[in-house]
Order: sequence, then structure tokens, then C-alpha cells
Amino acid sequence: MTLLSVRGVSKRFGGLQAVNDLSFDVATGAIKALIGPNGAGKTTIFNLISGFLPPDSGEIVFGGEEIHAMSSCEVAIRGMVRTFQHIRLFPKMTVLENIMVGRHVHSRAGFLAGMLNLPSTWREERRIREKSHEVMELLGIAAHAGTEAVSLAYGQQRLVEIGRALACEPKLLLLDEPAAGLNMRETNEMGGLIGGIRNMGVTVLLVEHDMSLVMKISDEVVVVSYGEKIAEDRPLAIQKNREVIRVYLGDDE
Amino acid sequence: MARRYVPVAAFAGLIVAIQLATLATGTGYHLTQLTMTAYYSLVTVGLCMLIGYAGQISLGHAGFFAVGGYVTAFLTTWNLNLHQGAFVSLLGNSGALVSRTDLYGGSLLTIHPWPACAAAILLAVAIAYLVGGPVLKLKGHYLAMATLGIGIIVYRIVLGTEFLGAADGISEVPGFPLPAGLVITGDAASRIPNYYLAWGLVILGMVLLLNLIHSRVGRALSAVHGAEDAAGAMGIPTARYKLNVFVLSAVFAAMAGVFLTHYNGGIGPSEAGVMKSVRYVAIVAIGGMANLWGSLSMSLVLNYLSLRGYFGTYDDTVFGVILILIMLFAPDGLLRRHLISDLKRVVSRNPVEEEAP
Repeated sequence: MTLLSVRGVSKRFGGLQAVNDLSFDVATGAIKALIGPNGAGKTTIFNLISGFLPPDSGEIVFGGEEIHAMSSCEVAIRGMVRTFQHIRLFPKMTVLENIMVGRHVHSRAGFLAGMLNLPSTWREERRIREKSHEVMELLGIAAHAGTEAVSLAYGQQRLVEIGRALACEPKLLLLDEPAAGLNMRETNEMGGLIGGIRNMGVTVLLVEHDMSLVMKISDEVVVVSYGEKIAEDRPLAIQKNREVIRVYLGDDE
Repeated sequence: MARRYVPVAAFAGLIVAIQLATLATGTGYHLTQLTMTAYYSLVTVGLCMLIGYAGQISLGHAGFFAVGGYVTAFLTTWNLNLHQGAFVSLLGNSGALVSRTDLYGGSLLTIHPWPACAAAILLAVAIAYLVGGPVLKLKGHYLAMATLGIGIIVYRIVLGTEFLGAADGISEVPGFPLPAGLVITGDAASRIPNYYLAWGLVILGMVLLLNLIHSRVGRALSAVHGAEDAAGAMGIPTARYKLNVFVLSAVFAAMAGVFLTHYNGGIGPSEAGVMKSVRYVAIVAIGGMANLWGSLSMSLVLNYLSLRGYFGTYDDTVFGVILILIMLFAPDGLLRRHLISDLKRVVSRNPVEEEAP
């Protein structure tokens, strides 16, 4: 079954055709990777899918619903949550508070209920805390619950960001270069974590530069170059694809 | 119950202690300025919520204060005896009017303070919603300039409008009757109850805001402040949250305007002035931005000193200088959160590490 379907999507920035007539599907329960040389338009594609940018043409369908005209907030409410290439944690908030924000779409208390501290919100707050602690345990960051999130080491900040996204209980998790800036051991652990997330029933679409990670964990890989799809296949086939080798390594003359 | 209410109790104790101190030293007249300070503090804590927690600046909150004050002042002094008609008798039949005699013994028929207050708040909410929608799309100094514009518009309107008293403002505003025979009024005889009424209102406002910052909405606002795009990607409707907190802070300002106008018995255009808005922002800044207690304590001290005339002719200058110094040397404010833990860290830091080249 298809969870996300990108159909003929294009995006132009002035004279630059960043994404050109791109189409691919992400099947429910899969780990799909989006790779390509620097400047291929991978992050733009992420921004288009997650509602940060509107496409010029084409459509994006998520869970049977057209989402290309929606804001990032509306997309998140429908169960698609992303992380950022440059980690975007909430400063001056603890790890726990950062992750609690992830529970926003699953809770209701508004301004009035919050100001009056209505008893009906107490149970909701308790559930938000419990769920956030579960997520922190899962990611092994529970020991830092009370620490200001942006003061953690880089690798741990990345875990907090993923934790915040997981707290949303997304159907589809978009990971923008989850292994960037991580050392080899951390990258291995990240691979294990992403596999674990999929086993929890979350579909994953990731942009990643670390080829060994991509080839190890992905079910399918989409390769883009200059905003166009040049290949879409299983990892092993991608490794042998002449066109992919050409864009990555150049022509063998 | 919650730890957040402990300082509330301590603060209530401080308010009682101040009153007892004035009683013991025979300086009860200080309570007048302290009562006015309380109402100004209401503006400050509301603005602290907007600036410190949601990260949106407003240099126009004196405008919302003035909207509250002027609407209630006008409605409660507008003599409807001179405008008899079907609408006035309808108002009279619905109990929204009150008769009294003016200073010279003439008979006055005006709108009762309660519906006047409701109208004032409603107008402030309406204005905040209408201008907040487009204005809050702006960020940083663009937002500052736009809100500054709102303040200036309100100032020019009240200054240039005949029936709002132009440069003289509106005077002879009656007291605001409350249940149990209490009245918000500047009469020396009711100085002590008014002092407690005003600070009781501030404490109530503080409890509401403290609850809010510890709620789901409070976390969402901090998230919007810290990383707006990431907050949106978490499913927080950022535009709506910014607008709601803007309106909330406008309501705090308008309520303060209503009550202080009834307490003072009038309002003048200077209450809508830009320097008043700057003053509110300066107090929030020195109070530590995202620190309700810091804003409240700084408001208590600085407004009191200002109203007692300690700053003399440099009154506005003092607040301008405070704002400049804070922006230059302590952009997070003086009484910022984590101040104590930061100081501890500095003190406990290994001196060898400090001397390293």
C-alpha cells in the first residue's frame, strides 16, 4: 500500500529548476532513501513534501489526501513529521520539554483551559509526560531529561530531535541527513535506531549522504540529480546502476 | 499544590508587609502610587507573556491601555440626558444606565461602569484581532515598527478627538462599583481596600499566566519563540497562537486601563504615548524577558519610583536608558531565567580552566 505519493512535482527558484517533474511512491512500512549529489534538490524535495514550500506544479498525496497546498502544520496534524538537516531544537527548553512539544497534536488543552489549570488538563499533562518519558527511554536520553536540550552533544541533540518527532506518533517520519556530523559508531547506532522505528510501524523517508548507512537500512532508494529522478530501485541494483555511478563518480573516459 | 504557587504566596505576603509598613510609619499616602503601580504591572506581566514567552515584541501596548481607559471614561461620563431617544430608553430599561449628580449638582445619566468596562475590553480585543492578524506575520524590528505604529495611531486619535477631551483627556470618571460595597476609586478613605483590590487583581493575573506557561499552550509558545518553523512542523498552528497571545496581552493592558482610569478618575493622552509603551517594554526587558516574576518585581520597583517622582524630569529618559543598556549588555534581561544556575556555574568553574590561554 502506498502511504506517500509524489506525482510530477516541480519547483523553480528564479532561474534554477530545483525539482523537475519528480515522481515516486513510499510504501507503508518501508524505509526509503533519497540520495543524490550535493545540490541535487533533496532538501527542497523534503520541504515540498512537508509543506514548507508549495510546489509549482504536480501533486503530493499522503494517506489518500492531497497535501501539496497545506502548511507544514496541517501536514504534521495528518501524521507526517520531519527532522531538519541543521538541528532545530527549541532553545531554553529542557530535553523533556522539547519532547513534550511533540505531543502537541495528540493533546487538546487550549488557552483558557491552560490559564485556569482545569482538572481536565491534569490527566492530559500526565499522559504527555508519561509518553515523553517512554520516548526518552527508547532513545536512551532519559538521563538528560532536565538538561537544556541545545547544551547537549551534537549526536544527542539529534536523538532529541528524533524523539520530538516520534512523540508525535507519525505515520511517516522524514529524516533529513540523520547521520550528518555523527562518527562511525554513532552512525551505526542511528542505523539500528531507524530500523527500530520502522519496526514500531512508522514509515521512514530519509535523505542521507552516508552510502553505507543508506545501503544497509533502506528497502528502496531514489536517486536524484539536478532535480530529476535518475533511478529508483533496491539498494543492490542502485549500486550497479551505470547512471548513478556516472553522476556520483563522473564518466569513465 | 504545585511549586509554581509558592512565589505567589510569598508575593502576597510582601504586599501585606508593604501595607503594614506604611501603616506603622504613617505613610499611608504611598499606597496611592503603589495601587497605580499594580495596574501598570498588569500591563507589564501581560506584555511579558507576549515578549518573553511567545517572542513577539509590541511597542504599542500603551495604545491598548488607552483604548480600555478611554472607552470606559467616555461611556461613564457621557451625559445621555442630552441624547434622549429610543436607544437610550432601551439601554435604561436593560439596566445599563446609572443616574448621578455631577460636581455642580446637575443631573447625569451615563452608562454603568460594568457595561462600559465590557465595551472597553471588547473593543481592545477587536482591535488586537484585526491588527494582530496581519502585523504578527512580521518579525523582529518590522514587528516593532508596526506595533509602534498602532500605538502612535491611538495616541493621535485620542489627542485629536474633541469628545475624548483632546489634550485634556477625560476627567470626573466615577468609581467602579464592585460587590460587597467595594468601589475602585481614588478616595483617600478607601485607599487600603483599593490597594488590596489592585494587587489582588495582579496576583489573579499572575496565577492565570503562570498556569498558562506551564501548560501545553505555554510550551507551544516557547517553541514558537525558539524555532517557529520547527514548531509549525510539530503541528502547532503558529499564526493562531501568536495572535491569541497578542490578544491576551491586549486584554491585560485594556483591563489595566479601565481600572486605573476609574481609580484616577480620569485619563489623558499621555497614557497612550509612545514613551509609555517603551516603558512597559523596558520593564519586561530588565525583568528578564521570559520571567514573569522578574517583570513583576521590576515593575513594582520602577513604577513606584517613577510615580513618586524619584526620576524627576528624567522620568522617560530613565526607561529609555534602561532599554538601551539591557539591549547592549544583557539581551536576555537582568533577572533572566537560569540566572542563579549560571552564576553557580561561573563560581564553581575550575580556576585552572579560566587561566588557560
